[in-house]
Amino acid sequence: MNKTSRGQSKSRLATEDSLASKLIRILLIVLFDVGSVWFIQSALSLGFDQLVIVFAVIAVMLNLIFLLPRAYPFRWMAVGLSFLILFTVYPIIFTIYVAFTNYGDGHLLTKEQAIPIIQKATYLPEEGKSYSWTAFKADSGEYALWLVNPEGESFLAKPGVEIVPAMPGDPGIGEADSKGIPTSIEGYKRLNTLLAAADKELPKIKFGLEGDQTIQIRSPSEAAELEILYIYDPDTDTFTDQSNGDIYYNASGTWTARNGKILKPGFRAFVGWKNFIDFSTSPAIRGPLVQILTWNFIFPTFSVLSTFALGLAIAIMFNDRDFPLKKLIRSLLLIPYTIPGLISIIMWRGLLNSEFGVINRFLEGLIGWAPPWMTESFWAKVAILLVNLWLGYPYFMLISSGALQSIPADIYEAATIDGATSWQKFRDITLPLLLVAVGPLLIASYVFNFNNFNLIYLFIGGGPPIVGASTQAGHTDILISYVYKLAFESGGRGVQYGLASAISIIVFFIVGTITLLQYRFTNMWEEVSENV
Amino acid sequence: MSNISRTYQSLRSSQKFQKRFSVAIRLIIALFLIYFSIFPVLWIISASFNSSQSLATQTLIPDRASFINYQRLFGADPNYKFGDLYFQKWIFNSVKVASISTILSLAITTMAAYAFSRLRFAGRIAMLKGLLLIQVFPNLLALVAIYVLIFQFGEIIPQLGLNTHAGLILVYLGGSMGINIWLMKGYLDTIPRAIDESGMVDGASHFQIFWHLLLPLLRPILVVIGILSFIGIYGDFLLARILLNDVDKYTLMVGLQIFTAGQFDQKWGVFAAGALLGALPIMTIYMILQDQIVGGLTTGAVKG
Repeated sequence: MNKTSRGQSKSRLATEDSLASKLIRILLIVLFDVGSVWFIQSALSLGFDQLVIVFAVIAVMLNLIFLLPRAYPFRWMAVGLSFLILFTVYPIIFTIYVAFTNYGDGHLLTKEQAIPIIQKATYLPEEGKSYSWTAFKADSGEYALWLVNPEGESFLAKPGVEIVPAMPGDPGIGEADSKGIPTSIEGYKRLNTLLAAADKELPKIKFGLEGDQTIQIRSPSEAAELEILYIYDPDTDTFTDQSNGDIYYNASGTWTARNGKILKPGFRAFVGWKNFIDFSTSPAIRGPLVQILTWNFIFPTFSVLSTFALGLAIAIMFNDRDFPLKKLIRSLLLIPYTIPGLISIIMWRGLLNSEFGVINRFLEGLIGWAPPWMTESFWAKVAILLVNLWLGYPYFMLISSGALQSIPADIYEAATIDGATSWQKFRDITLPLLLVAVGPLLIASYVFNFNNFNLIYLFIGGGPPIVGASTQAGHTDILISYVYKLAFESGGRGVQYGLASAISIIVFFIVGTITLLQYRFTNMWEEVSENV
Repeated sequence: MSNISRTYQSLRSSQKFQKRFSVAIRLIIALFLIYFSIFPVLWIISASFNSSQSLATQTLIPDRASFINYQRLFGADPNYKFGDLYFQKWIFNSVKVASISTILSLAITTMAAYAFSRLRFAGRIAMLKGLLLIQVFPNLLALVAIYVLIFQFGEIIPQLGLNTHAGLILVYLGGSMGINIWLMKGYLDTIPRAIDESGMVDGASHFQIFWHLLLPLLRPILVVIGILSFIGIYGDFLLARILLNDVDKYTLMVGLQIFTAGQFDQKWGVFAAGALLGALPIMTIYMILQDQIVGGLTTGAVKG
């Protein structure tokens, strides 16, 4: 290296690196690109179009970042950005997309995947090419058919195997009898006509390879080739039922006939605002949704207020510096916070068990009555708030005691000299000053509880169930647990990703508004600008 | 004169009495509160040592104390049939997934925070704000999308698909470009730039400055963020529940949830033993590192 270039390299520290590391970098990029191309090709062949797009975007981005010297700062966050796009940004966009589709049970496939499945259905035509048949049966219970068509050609047919031309005397096939039908087939015994006609299994069996040529028995004397039941016409995008002529039209993802009959499976298709409109028009969905939404606002409101009130009360009570055993008391009161939430919740589920729970046995002994925590909606809600109080107060105890210490003592002294009572001091000094520091955390806690899936789902599963709802909704369900049930726990009603995503979007708008409010509160935007 | 001093004396002693009285009352309240906070834990401890299985017969001091529930938990009781119980495996899975995710996400977070704190580039502020904005969308709302995404991954690379720990870790890593970058950047901003400059004078590259000079100074914040994210992932239920299918692949939280299915009251004792063992590591971490975690919690939450 000569002197001038050394001077240069010093001033361009950010972008220059040695030849060796440059080579290694380019090698890695090439390797990455080879991998990406393979990945994208595989995704393309499986029909994962959206995945192809995201992955291509990420691959291009990473190439630019590592090839352009100007993009050097982004190399520090290249991995993070990729993950952010793949697992945060893309799922958001995908959720919005799904909200406008009918994605769910019965509509899981793409149109290209659904059409061949429908085309597989066959039927036995009343007329058409027919064969005379003779049945053979193996000891294992399997059947074989000897078929002769009107031209006198003979075939051997077994279920799931291609139908092949065969002649008596071929290898494995016995000699012909007087009618030209083999007396035996290796491994099978010939059934006499009467026995075959009475066999109940035989008419149900499809002989031959599915999708190729299949033959089924139509009558004691006749077997016929099965034909495709639904024929697809790409020009009109319809299926026609060959047995009766019904036409099935494509109605946003479901082929539907005029008489209301539908073909299964349907396919993923845009349904516009249908999922959203369903909220307001379908009584079976609207009913529980209004109820769930109401509870979804009540629950976090009461939770935040109760946990904050108790936490603050404790913080104030033990705020003295020289309070005896202060450290021990704090540690013991902190315990609920240190247990993983899920464990605490399931623990409470046992403790509040209506029949066997410790608390109810105690209450029964004391006053002869105990609340039905798990079965009555009112008491279930009380139980949830109670458990959440236990789970949540230590957090506000910690936060409040920290914030209390930052309030200067001389304000209180001044207030005492002015003759303020304790209540006045609390209302006019402590609370306002505290809220400045704790306010944003109250909002954060509100948002957290707004989506407190674990508590609702693990404690009581959203139950007790709402009677008469078309979806699996319970009295204590909040939106997020409702979404989960719609998407993953259909309970026989079929998963509904589209509807679930639409509710997700609604939750997103509610939570988004609250969170943006919080950012304003904390002056985060200003902070960024100041820190430039 | 003596009169005045006597009144003063009695006033002082009455103040002292008042003070003592209030401390006594508050101690009594404290006892009640402590009982509220620990009685569920006491019952769980008692249940785990109770040799009769059922919730219904439980008393606080077990009649017949034994380790039978712990033995059952580890499959050491041949007479006890629970079904699929892989407690050791669940703990191992949880620790594995949480450790790997935490370490990788710390690396991602710290490096990105370095760029935001030390390098100047177009779009820096916009990106910082963007990161905050994306946080508005709760991860768990995109459940369906994440499920489909990991399913599709698995169709192409089976090792990253549904029912794999690698797939789960990938999803957890998706959250590392979040609020923690702000926390880390804030901490980095407080480290004087003179340290970087001394490195530059010696001809160190950015990476050398980051690795040798700054990283050692970041230890306190790395510990706090690391522990909080470990605890968070260890305690996560929903993502693990959706993405893992096989019982022996479950994390501890998903595994413990099985107990609630069917006749919960009959499995109460074994659940109690499992819950205690599962909670103990986290409780220990909290109790030892109480002050650091509380500090990180408050600054993290207030400053974002």
